[in-house]
Amino acid sequence: MTSSINLTINHAHTPVEIDDPRITLLDLLRERLHLTGTKKGCDRGQCGACTVLVDGRRINSCLALAISLDGAEVLTIEGVAAGDTLHPVQRAFIEHDGFQCGFCTPGQIMSAIGLIAEAQTDGDPDRVREQMSGNLCRCGAYAGITAAVLQAERAAAAAPQEQAA
Amino acid sequence: MNRFDYVRPATIPAAIAAAGAEGAAYLGAGTNLIDLMKGGIARPATLVDIAHLPGLDGIETLANGDVRVGALVRNADLAHHADFARRFPAVAEALLAGASPQLRNAATVGGNLLQRTRCRYFYDTASACNKRVPGSGCDARGGENRLHAILGWSDACIATNPSDFCVALAALDAVVEVDGPAGPRDVALVDLHRLPGDTPWIDHQLAPGDLIVAIRLPAAAAAFAAHSRYVKLRERTSYAFALVSAAAALDLDGGTIRAARLALGGVAMKPWRATAAEALLVGAAPDVASFERAADAALAEARPSGANAFKIALARRILVRALVRAAAGTPARLPALPASPLAPVAGEIDHG
Repeated sequence: MTSSINLTINHAHTPVEIDDPRITLLDLLRERLHLTGTKKGCDRGQCGACTVLVDGRRINSCLALAISLDGAEVLTIEGVAAGDTLHPVQRAFIEHDGFQCGFCTPGQIMSAIGLIAEAQTDGDPDRVREQMSGNLCRCGAYAGITAAVLQAERAAAAAPQEQAA
Repeated sequence: MNRFDYVRPATIPAAIAAAGAEGAAYLGAGTNLIDLMKGGIARPATLVDIAHLPGLDGIETLANGDVRVGALVRNADLAHHADFARRFPAVAEALLAGASPQLRNAATVGGNLLQRTRCRYFYDTASACNKRVPGSGCDARGGENRLHAILGWSDACIATNPSDFCVALAALDAVVEVDGPAGPRDVALVDLHRLPGDTPWIDHQLAPGDLIVAIRLPAAAAAFAAHSRYVKLRERTSYAFALVSAAAALDLDGGTIRAARLALGGVAMKPWRATAAEALLVGAAPDVASFERAADAALAEARPSGANAFKIALARRILVRALVRAAAGTPARLPALPASPLAPVAGEIDHG
C-alpha cells in the first residue's frame, strides 16, 4: 500500500509517495530524493552521521520512519547555505579544520546548528563537547570541531538573523 | 527489518483497539524500536503510530500539586522545562545523562520507560537469550558479562534495565498512568518493570494494548528539590549506558536527615529502589559514615552474576557519591557533564 505524505525539505514543499513503511527518513533522503549529503554511518543511532533537523530539532534520521513524519519540516546539509554563501557553521568548520575525511561533517554541522538553536552551552567548551557527543568523528577532529562550534555560536549571538536555519 | 502494516489512529481508544491485535506494537519516536527491528530482535506485524495522538504532550501541575507529564513529551523538552527541572532536578539530570542530544530530542517519556535491555546477547540473534526466545538459554551466563546484573537476576536472565530516567523516577515515587483494553489505571513506577525470574521475556506488567499516557510526580517529591542528584558511571565520558548509577534525594532538617529517597541503575532488570537504605538515613546526620551504612544496606543482597563482582563495590561507592552530592545541595545549574562522577562540581564538599 502506498501512502502520500507531505514534507517541507530544505524550504521546498515536497510531496512524497511512501511505498514501504520501512523507509527511514535517512533512506528517503538519500535513496529516493538523492540528497546524499546526509550520511549513513552506523544506521543504528550510534554515530550521528545522519543528523538532520526536523521541525528545527536535530535528530538521527536513521531511526525515524519517514511515514510518521507527515507534515514535518526537514533541513539537511544541502539546505543550509544561502546560494553560494556558506552557513556560518560551515564557514567555522573550514576556518578551524573541523574535519579530516569529511564523512561525519554533514552530521556534525547539522548537529551544531541544532546545538546553537538549543542555546544551552553559554560558550563553555566543556558543554559544547558534551552536547556534540552524539556525533562521532573517527578521524579525531574534535578539537577543531569544538573550536568551530564555539566560533559559530559567537557569530550567531552577534548576528541572530544569520543563524536562521 | 520485517515487513509490517502501519496504522495511524486518530484517538487513544482507536490506538488501544489497534494495538490489542496479535503482533502489534506502538510506535512513538522509534529510537529503540526501529533499532530493534533493524536487528531482527523485534518483528511487529503492525506498528500503531501514536506520535500524532492529541493531548499526550503536555507538562502540567495538577490541583493537588502533582506534576503530570504526557507520554509523548520528548526527553529533552522535559529535562529543559524550567519549572519541572527546578522541582525535580535529579530527574532532569538523569534525562540529560542519557543517550545523545539527537536521541533526547526524539525519544519520548513513555518510550523511555519501555525501552529494552542493551544486553549484547539479547541484541545478537545468533546468541541464546531467554528474553528474546523463551527457553533458548542465556549466553550472557558464562559470556562477556562484566556489565550485567548484580541484583534481582535469575539463572534465566542477568540483563539490566538501561534507563537513567526510570532510576530518578523510581526514587521519587513516580506513578505511571496506563490506559488500555481494561480501562485506565495507575501503576507505581517501581512496580512497572518485572524481574526476570523464570519468565525473562516479560519485561513489565502491561498487557497487550496497554498504553502509557502519562507519568505523575507527586507534589511531595518536590520537598527533596534542594538536595537531589543523579550520578552515573559510564565506560566513556558521555553517550553510553550506565555501568552503575544512583539517584539520591535528601530532605534535610538542619544537621539531620528528615527523609531520603534512593535508587540504583544498571544493577538489575528494573530501577532498584533502596528503601531499607532510606530508612537507615532517617534521623541520621548527612555525613559519609551515614551514607556508607546506607549504601551497605542497599547492596546487602547483591551478588555477582558473572565477572562483575566489581560492580557491587562500584555501586556502593556511586551511591555514597550521589548522597554526598545531594547533601552538598542541588547546583543552581547542572554541570557541563550531567551526572558524571568525575566532573568537578563548584561548591561540592570534598569528602575524599
